[in-house]
Amino acid sequence: MKKRILAVVLAATMALGLTACGGGAAAGGSSASKGGNIKVGIINNDPNESGYRTANDKDLKATFSTENGYDASFAYSLKNDEQIAAAQKFIQDGVDYLLLSAADTSGWDSVLKDAQDAGIQVILFDRTIDADPSLYAASIVSDMDKEGETAVNWLAGQNLAEYNVIHIQGVMGSAAQKGRSGALDAKVAAESNWNIVTQQTAEWNAETAQQIVQSVIDAGTPFNVIYAENDDMAKGAVAALDAANISHGVGKDVIVMGFDCNKWALEELLKQNWNYDGQCNPFQSSYIDKVIKTLESGGSIGEKTIIMDEKGFDASTITQADVDQYGI
Amino acid sequence: MSTISTKPKSQGGFAGKLLKNQIFIPIAAMLLLLLFNLIVDPSFFKITMGLNSDGNPVLSGYLITILNNGSELAILAIGMTLVTAASGGQDISVGAAIAIAGSTLLRVLCGTNTRPDVLRTPVFVAFIVCCLVAMAFGAFNGALVAIFKIQPMVATLILYTAGRSIAAWINNNELPIISDPKFAYYGGFIPGIPVPTPFFIAVACVIVITLVLKFTNLGLYTQAVGINESSSRLNGLNPIFIKWLTFVVLGLCVAVAALIKVSRLSSINYSVIAKDIEMDAILAVALGGNALGGGKFNMAASIIGAFVIQMLTTTLFKFNVPSDALPAYKAVVVIVLVVISAPVFRDTMSGLAKKLGAAKNKGVA
Repeated sequence: MKKRILAVVLAATMALGLTACGGGAAAGGSSASKGGNIKVGIINNDPNESGYRTANDKDLKATFSTENGYDASFAYSLKNDEQIAAAQKFIQDGVDYLLLSAADTSGWDSVLKDAQDAGIQVILFDRTIDADPSLYAASIVSDMDKEGETAVNWLAGQNLAEYNVIHIQGVMGSAAQKGRSGALDAKVAAESNWNIVTQQTAEWNAETAQQIVQSVIDAGTPFNVIYAENDDMAKGAVAALDAANISHGVGKDVIVMGFDCNKWALEELLKQNWNYDGQCNPFQSSYIDKVIKTLESGGSIGEKTIIMDEKGFDASTITQADVDQYGI
Repeated sequence: MSTISTKPKSQGGFAGKLLKNQIFIPIAAMLLLLLFNLIVDPSFFKITMGLNSDGNPVLSGYLITILNNGSELAILAIGMTLVTAASGGQDISVGAAIAIAGSTLLRVLCGTNTRPDVLRTPVFVAFIVCCLVAMAFGAFNGALVAIFKIQPMVATLILYTAGRSIAAWINNNELPIISDPKFAYYGGFIPGIPVPTPFFIAVACVIVITLVLKFTNLGLYTQAVGINESSSRLNGLNPIFIKWLTFVVLGLCVAVAALIKVSRLSSINYSVIAKDIEMDAILAVALGGNALGGGKFNMAASIIGAFVIQMLTTTLFKFNVPSDALPAYKAVVVIVLVVISAPVFRDTMSGLAKKLGAAKNKGVA
């Protein structure tokens, strides 16, 4: 009896999960396929995952619309196997292009081979995969190492006599963490006046970041830079500074640096409460659009891996227009 | 431990009683951590009075940080202890439920405008709504467990999986930010009072649950159901209702914790708010020496257990443990603490001690 109920509930959850995914697909694919439209199947991570993903999804939906000559279907999942299943469905539906932000780097070879056999072009965005480059037409990604370098170069340009950095890391091993930590670690190793006061992971969590900074303040160790690997953690760090009456921002005691360019974070820059915010560009759709247009007109793509432009905003130069355009 | 318990039980007196008392375990763990900090760096105990950036007096120091950040965990430990005692299982959807409750709170406060200059409703009203929603989700979990007899961990897995998406959906996936400084009081400081507000909220919850356990039969009935469901039914209790009720009480605890969490930053991040807090809450119950299979419980031990976990976290931050090694350190300490507090281990140890004592006595004779 117990087992049967359990089975029913599990089946129900699975059905719920399926409808959740199906709902997304239906919403995008509702427009009837017209003759001239390019059919694209877009496989993305769950838009609820983060502000980055929400902005990414909105951008894709805006570009791949019927008005722009596309007939787009969407599928969302944070799980690789569900994404692969969605890819197989898109291949059966006979889409022209398969756009993919893979949940996991491995396991894509066979399904991409199926796509190739069916004459479907695959374009990777946001995340790369471990597969032979011949299996996809282009890969549009952020260069996380470059993001870190841009930020660290900006910090070096501040010409402080001494850099005592509180380094708050993201989830260890994630691409964003590795790139953003790598640049700072290299700089600290190379320069004698750069010191790490503490280096801890807050796992993208604002509140953990607050506790880490609180701990440094309680210990009474001097510091003058907070290098947080995303905006949420920078916000948590600032909350700890405010509680201890330590001034932060342009021309103040502590330099605050964040990443991701959330709209509210850029507003903090505009108010000069923070000093720097590095962009992690979620707007890949214009790049994808360009690739598809090139392929459609029979052209070829020079370099398969396309690295997007990413900015770093300085509180002393940011404008309201930047906030509106780049805030996610 | 062994030196004390080698004494014959009858002469054990104070020490023996102390050892047998369940609350001894979390207190011993706490003293151990305090002792470690005292030896390695006594600045751990330093508390200073300063001003925050608004010019209000605030206390700061590691001990204050522990009381401040351990509050939510202590509040959750109350509900988790009851759920564990009655159902013999744990609710793993607490973190996701906090996301839902927090999202509801912000939704009621902000309406559709995510950056309100003035709050649309009083915080009190929003909190009532938040409580009702959290209790409804608790009731849902409770119904699955009590009526449909699903394993609590499996039943709450549903909300654990779906909760954060529901939370995002409540606010249309927008991120509301509240600029009204009054809202930040609940997770920060009330002007003029240097002790963090979350600690007061936790104390209030502890007082309420103490009174409830003292003046109602909730504690007795919960334990009766947990120890033997059918015999408690034969004695006129309704085990289904009692189990269901404990999940609703946990829902209430979730709502209070959500208020503090959301207020701390006057905002919410659906995917990371209160992440993995359910594990810490379950750990608090285990550390309190409560049997995770249900039955008898000691509320005070769980609450102290919650603060011990926060003390451990803060200590690890203080000693700058490298990020990649942090979970490993925490795991080692947790394993040691939980094994020591497990009833089986304590029984074995006292049995061993008795045998040793007997052997010694023989030797002397």
